[in-house]
Amino acid sequence: MLHFARWKVILVLIISLVGILLALPNLLSPKALEVLPDWIPAKQVNLGLDLQGGAHLLYQMDEKELVQDWLKNIRGDVREALRRAKIGYTGLRVSLPVKTVSVRVRKPEDFDRALTRLRDISVPLSSGLAFTGQQGNTVDVERGDTGQILLKITDQGLFQRVSSAIEASIETVRRRIDAFGTTEPTIQRQGRDRILVQVPGIKDVSRLKALVGETGKLEFRMVDTTSSVSQAQQSGRAPPGTELVQSEDGFSSVYLLKSRAIVTGESLVDAQPGFDQRTNEPVVTFRFDTAGARRFGRVTQANVGRPFAIVLDNKVVSAPVIREPILGGTGQISGSFTVQQANDMSVLLRSGALPAKLTILEERTVGASLGADSIAAGKIAALIGLLMVLGFILISYGLFGVFANLALAINIALIIGVLSMLQATLTLPGIAGIVLTIGMAVDANVLIFERIREESRAGKSVIAAVDSGYSRALGTILDANITTFIAALVLFWLGSGPIRGFAVTLSIGIITSVFTAFTLTRLMVAQWVRMRRPQEVPI
Amino acid sequence: MKGLRFIPSDTAVPFLRFHMIAFILSGLLVIASVGLFFTAGLNYGIDFRGGTLIEIRNKSGPVDLADIRVKVTNIGLGDVQIQEFGAPTDVLIRIEQQPGGEKEQQKSITKIKETLGDSVDYRRVEVVGPTVSGELIQSGAIAVLVAILSVLVYIWFRFEWQFSVGAITALVHDVVLTIGLFCLLQLEFGLSIIAAILTIVGYSLNDTVVVYDRVRENLRKYKKMPLVELLDLSLNDTLSRTILTSVTTLIALLSLYIFGGQVIRGFTFAMIWGVIVGTYSSVFVAAPLLVMLDIKREWSGVSGTRGKGPASRDD
Repeated sequence: MLHFARWKVILVLIISLVGILLALPNLLSPKALEVLPDWIPAKQVNLGLDLQGGAHLLYQMDEKELVQDWLKNIRGDVREALRRAKIGYTGLRVSLPVKTVSVRVRKPEDFDRALTRLRDISVPLSSGLAFTGQQGNTVDVERGDTGQILLKITDQGLFQRVSSAIEASIETVRRRIDAFGTTEPTIQRQGRDRILVQVPGIKDVSRLKALVGETGKLEFRMVDTTSSVSQAQQSGRAPPGTELVQSEDGFSSVYLLKSRAIVTGESLVDAQPGFDQRTNEPVVTFRFDTAGARRFGRVTQANVGRPFAIVLDNKVVSAPVIREPILGGTGQISGSFTVQQANDMSVLLRSGALPAKLTILEERTVGASLGADSIAAGKIAALIGLLMVLGFILISYGLFGVFANLALAINIALIIGVLSMLQATLTLPGIAGIVLTIGMAVDANVLIFERIREESRAGKSVIAAVDSGYSRALGTILDANITTFIAALVLFWLGSGPIRGFAVTLSIGIITSVFTAFTLTRLMVAQWVRMRRPQEVPI
Repeated sequence: MKGLRFIPSDTAVPFLRFHMIAFILSGLLVIASVGLFFTAGLNYGIDFRGGTLIEIRNKSGPVDLADIRVKVTNIGLGDVQIQEFGAPTDVLIRIEQQPGGEKEQQKSITKIKETLGDSVDYRRVEVVGPTVSGELIQSGAIAVLVAILSVLVYIWFRFEWQFSVGAITALVHDVVLTIGLFCLLQLEFGLSIIAAILTIVGYSLNDTVVVYDRVRENLRKYKKMPLVELLDLSLNDTLSRTILTSVTTLIALLSLYIFGGQVIRGFTFAMIWGVIVGTYSSVFVAAPLLVMLDIKREWSGVSGTRGKGPASRDD
């Protein structure tokens, strides 16, 4: 165990050197790093949200809302398909719990024709899901027990719908967060219907939440002036074709609006914050696409003098009176906003609406000051722990302790180097993992040294004792470290966020400590034996 | 330069003589822990119970805890715990999970921020809703079980089954005692404690495996030696290492406990306890158990599975 081939010596030294080189950038300030030439590694350890501060938000999409919207669309499609085929029907209704639209055909002889027509509403599943081996449609159309026609959303159909809605939501959320201009936000899908949003360094978390969680559904609707609002409020029932909508415009708390929208946010091509030219108050200016502009122009032309309402997420933002036809396809929304409100609303409108509401399941926010405190505390703890362990090992093993300590120092450099290279995330528990490794890393060397002591006590020569000390300790060291490694792997596999950071540093620490014990210290011990030809083991 | 020897090389502590005392002590502690678990129970943190945690720092010097307590309690958010956190300026507010689903949880933060305003710095806000807390409990329990099972399989593969049973008993003992201590002291039990327990699983095994490794070696070396004597010899052989490694690990952990900041203090505390209990159990539980489990003296094919990896054939 004491002889090393030359190439192995070189390899071990190179690995150690590269480890140190990779770790070095972490000692430098970002400014100093920029000055460095390109060939020098300049990657620093990636700090977790708990260390650099930031927000971790786990959102869940409201699947029920998605299903509800879809069922409403199917109902509309059924109505239109049957009307166009001139088939009389009754009892067209939506049942949310069973995700089904049911309809009854008046004349039995129309049944088969109706079934054929309604089957056209169902679309085959997209090929993206074909690999699952599932053939089928988004909607099953079949005859019910009592002779009605049932259109039921299939599980695969719903899954496909949820997936595309999540993908769309991620894009929308990304556009909204980009407006904050923070560096490298993470926005990713988790599981079936969740989105994980991580924004490092964000300060105004409540604004972030407001902007991400808002559905952002914009509608322009006419105000119904023919019926009285208070009457509808008292009876709790709005006249057919209208509905009561809450308002935040500061003039009225509720409006009676036509159910159908003139134009929706989907027709917007742009929205920007600006100032009203006369009153100088912050407004949002917007522009419609051609189709939207035409429709809006037509309706405003026919309704000059009447009020319409701008509705955002089912709340009236403002309800201006149409003074003249708006034909250019541009307009502005005013509603006594602050500059920031106008800014945020334009971001919301530009990014488009979310397919369904997003609800926060989990929120973890750390302020930058706490993160900095944690780093400082972690550094001190690591340093003091390291110094004390170094001292203790030196006292325990003398010269061999120096070897072990050198290996420990390089071990820590290797851990940090590997972390920087892999761009793994260092969290507060991750720092704890490093400190723990400092304590446990010497174990391999302790096992070896104790073994050498024993062997030499049994009367072996120095070379023989050192040699068999290494070879006999190997099995034990592997067994002992593999068990810890298994625990770390489980932790990585099942843990989340910060905990995962702990698992990462712990596993890297296990690997590097076994590596340094069996290469570096052994190399040093071997070199020492060769040069000094000692008569006695100094431990 | 020679090292100091903390443990003389001719130490011969008759560990096995204490094994009945140790078994009784461990048995009582395990029973007490289980009893505490079912009576006092664990003080679950928001990770597992759901709810809101807010860490604030008063911008103008030491905080008036009583004042904050009155203000926050008056909001009417149900069970609210308020405590100083690491420094006189820092306060930790825990609010129980609000009834009514995910959206209600967000209101706790809004209300607290409305009440305390800008006089404090919101250093940390954590909100865990009912869905996620349920999942975290589940995945935490699964993690501990999977970890124990997989090391069980590993030990079984590397040793005879008796060793596996002994190691797992010691391991479960350590985990149960850790949970027991958290029940007794009513310390907050969260995700990070699960991480600590998993590390304890790793550490405790590490210790046990080193002892077992030596037992196996001695079994082969001294075929005629009575088992009790042989176990004592193995424990004494490894005693120096057991103590040295425990000491260095404890040094590092203590440094972390004292200087590492309030946020990970619970985690470090669990680890320190785990190292102490783990060391104790490898010596006083895992090894003596081998006597009771009646290990075979004749090893079949073991020499083949002994660690002869490629790294040992360097020459």
